Amino acid sequence: MGLEHYLGLFVRAVFIENLALAFFLGMCTFLAVSKKVTTAFGLGVAVIVVLGLAVPINNVVYHNLLAPGALEWAGFPDADLSFLGFITYIGVIAAMVQILEMTLDKFFPALYNALGIFLPLITVNCAIFGGVAFMVERDYNFTESVVFGLGSGVGWALAITLLAAVREKLKYADMPHGMRGLGSTFLIVGLMGLGFMSFSGVSL
Amino acid sequence: MASAKEIKTVLFGPVFANNPIALQVLGVCSALAVTTQMATALVMCFALTFVLTLSNLFISIIRNHIPSSVRIIVQMTIIASLVIIVDQILKAFAYEVSKELSVFVGLIITNCIVMGRAEAYAMKSSPGMSFLDGLGNAMGYSLVLLVVAFIRELGGAGSVFGVEILPLVSEGGWYQPMGMLLLAPSAFIIIAFFIWVLRTFRPEQVEQA
Repeated sequence: MGLEHYLGLFVRAVFIENLALAFFLGMCTFLAVSKKVTTAFGLGVAVIVVLGLAVPINNVVYHNLLAPGALEWAGFPDADLSFLGFITYIGVIAAMVQILEMTLDKFFPALYNALGIFLPLITVNCAIFGGVAFMVERDYNFTESVVFGLGSGVGWALAITLLAAVREKLKYADMPHGMRGLGSTFLIVGLMGLGFMSFSGVSL
Repeated sequence: MASAKEIKTVLFGPVFANNPIALQVLGVCSALAVTTQMATALVMCFALTFVLTLSNLFISIIRNHIPSSVRIIVQMTIIASLVIIVDQILKAFAYEVSKELSVFVGLIITNCIVMGRAEAYAMKSSPGMSFLDGLGNAMGYSLVLLVVAFIRELGGAGSVFGVEILPLVSEGGWYQPMGMLLLAPSAFIIIAFFIWVLRTFRPEQVEQA
């Protein structure tokens, strides 16, 4: 598997299988925190960081602890702990976000101030958990999981920044009252999703 | 126990007046991807109802013993355990459906409705009322899911619950299916119109510009 394989995986994760617009993951924050471009971008960067770390870490955990036969090194070749998957992943994600928050606070205060408020929100962001679940379902190896994590993070960040830009432009539009706010946002996301669908079928 | 009127508000309020998807913007994530067929949507509704009512009940029972600094992790553990039960049951008794729902059953853990209701209601209320609140919100969620799934399956495949309603052109009938309704983005557009209709009848929900 050469560089081309990983590049293809990255592009697929960013555009063709965009977590936000093709799988509707992370929608709650996606719709709620997309009123301004600057905040949307900040959240996007935080998601890239967390996805880029959470997917590989859970990959290691899955292949060494949970997968069928993975506990061979500890003397349990028949053990299959994969049914504990969900609770483990969410625990790893929550712990990782907490550690990340403390590390940033201690060593990179500037970055912490920029990302600070978004980090706790991210624990319950379905995009992170969805990324991890897809990694397990598609059986990625470690390098692939790094590329997939970063790629899907970039795709999510791109989508939320674009949506915020559109919403800023439409702020003073004279739309029917019932559609103001949430209704129009759903409509915009639907149209953006149609746009992103033009990437589907592109094989790399 | 609370009065009958209060019970009614808690139970039926979330269906129209305070719908979790249309007004609170909670739980949209998984709501959209499972609505191409009525059958999968219905299974998803049952799974969410089970998790939401029980998580509300259990969290409410132990609410006075949870230290507030670690409450998120405690809630997560309860919710994740319930979701694992649902997932294992589905895999054992409805394997086809569980394949179709793929990661979305797992995503109930991070479904903001469950977390949101646990945090906003179950942490402050008695177990009985929390149970009803969970049931009410699950009904509000199910209503939106089933309406969207009905439109998508009828328009996109000419059937409801897999039973043919509109005979398709490809099978000698007259109905040309709207393939677009089966694609992902159409779910957003249907929900947008659902919100528009809801807010036309309930003008107090309109957001101020």
